[in-house]
Amino acid sequence: MQFGIFTVGDVTPDPTDGRVPSEAERIKAMVAIALKAEEVGLDVFATGEHHNPPFVPSSPTTMLGYIAARTERLILSTATTLITTNDPVKIAEDFAMLQHLADGRVDLMMGRGNTGPVYPWFGKDIRDGIPLAIENYHLLHRLWREDVVDWEGRFRTPLQSFTSTPRPLDGVPPFVWHGSIRSPEIAEQAAYYGDGFFANHIFWPKEHFQRLVGLYRQRFEHYGHGSADQAIVGLGGQVFMRKNSQDAVREFRPYFDNAPVYGHGPSLEEFTAETPLTVGSPQQVIDRTLTFRDHFGDYQRQLFLMDHAGLPLKTVLEQLDMLGEEVVPVLRKEFEALRPAHVPATAPTHTSRLAEEVR
Amino acid sequence: MIAVISAGLGQPSSTRLLADRLAAAAAEALGPDTAVETIELRDHAHAMVDATLTGFPSGTFRTAVETVTDADGLIAVTPVFNASYSGLFKTFFDVLDRDSLEGKPVLLGATGGTPRHSLAIDYALRPLFAYLRAAVVPTAVYAASEDWGSGETALPDRITRAGAELAALMSARPAPPKDDPYAHPVPFEELLAGGH
Repeated sequence: MQFGIFTVGDVTPDPTDGRVPSEAERIKAMVAIALKAEEVGLDVFATGEHHNPPFVPSSPTTMLGYIAARTERLILSTATTLITTNDPVKIAEDFAMLQHLADGRVDLMMGRGNTGPVYPWFGKDIRDGIPLAIENYHLLHRLWREDVVDWEGRFRTPLQSFTSTPRPLDGVPPFVWHGSIRSPEIAEQAAYYGDGFFANHIFWPKEHFQRLVGLYRQRFEHYGHGSADQAIVGLGGQVFMRKNSQDAVREFRPYFDNAPVYGHGPSLEEFTAETPLTVGSPQQVIDRTLTFRDHFGDYQRQLFLMDHAGLPLKTVLEQLDMLGEEVVPVLRKEFEALRPAHVPATAPTHTSRLAEEVR
Repeated sequence: MIAVISAGLGQPSSTRLLADRLAAAAAEALGPDTAVETIELRDHAHAMVDATLTGFPSGTFRTAVETVTDADGLIAVTPVFNASYSGLFKTFFDVLDRDSLEGKPVLLGATGGTPRHSLAIDYALRPLFAYLRAAVVPTAVYAASEDWGSGETALPDRITRAGAELAALMSARPAPPKDDPYAHPVPFEELLAGGH
């Protein structure tokens, strides 16, 4: 199992003192969080991509390239890369370049984006979200696998004799995830290509996501990539920990109550009961995370959302220390002990994909 | 099964009173085995606001939503506040999936202090249910305060007629079964060909 964190990159006031970080502070905080992730032994750092305030990460490969230079083991990823509004040619180029700079420590997650105005800002229409995701990714998939591409589609100017440079490192394209919280079409797409499927299930009850992941697994098998339980599944998670669970609840409550996504709605207790949010001791986080396997089967990647709702950097770094020292080592051991031998332990890496190619 | 939604706030509530009478009329027309499940929206007020913020219905409110979406017919009754349906009434329909009432037989009712607002059913409620593609019966029942003390039979007659219309529609044209996109995905080749 790979463990990591994903960040939205929101600039949110700290509800306890009203302090708002500058964009510069937030960007540097995201980097500090990524470096901390490697320091405490996590495997993956994934950044969001946004093109509107209050979010800062509009240029993911710039940030990931910088982090690549300052880390050695961390896998650099996205959550998500907008396959709808970005030119697939530029995605192919940017992430191949990043692969070379990061010596292959790169994968990425496709997402559509659900902010209506962003689409027209990039000359697109949100009502074409699914067709854009299908067509653009199909082109991206070819650009990384065929040296010379002739192509014509509905959404982009045609290409004649086009070569995307640099070519993927060692001729091995980055592993791709498809993230969706709602769309069976995206689960179908991930299954068709034998790519990974990431269900960020942190805001809704599990029953919905069980159907989505179940569909992906079943179609993965249908398309001949392996058995359903060998499909590559990633899940989200959202936790806040202190040694004593009462302290965690007391400290996190104002951040929960004012959080942009669910604030001023359900109580912390109600939301904790209905969704994967876990606020408590490291042991509670371990116990809760282990239930994900009961609900979704053996899976390959677990990403936690740790820096959101205006939590100060210092607090986030403390959380990462606890996650890396007290939670993840136990989860690694427990998940590994439960995993059947024929199920992949982790998502494919550059090294494992290269070995596959050679064989 | 008939689901009944009452958005009345008072206790006792004239909106609930009308909802019960409409349900009884429809059940009588359908036959003695007809099940009726009544939902007082007031009981779910907090959960409904939560659902608009979080995007999912929780706890007993989820059961209430499923009762409505699974029902063979729906009776929806609201008080008229400031010339339209109440906010509580609208909130319930705001948290439903857009296609969840498609083709479902629906009977509308409303209550108010004065008969001057009786057209609220036609200019506010009917467009809402038309958008949701529900099958609304022709007769809707509006009950003003004075209707409850009137010796004339106008209100009971309208209730009986409306109940019979709902029963007839439920028998003749039940809501179509829902296609399950998670059970029957569009094959990828079709998606790639731009068929959807």
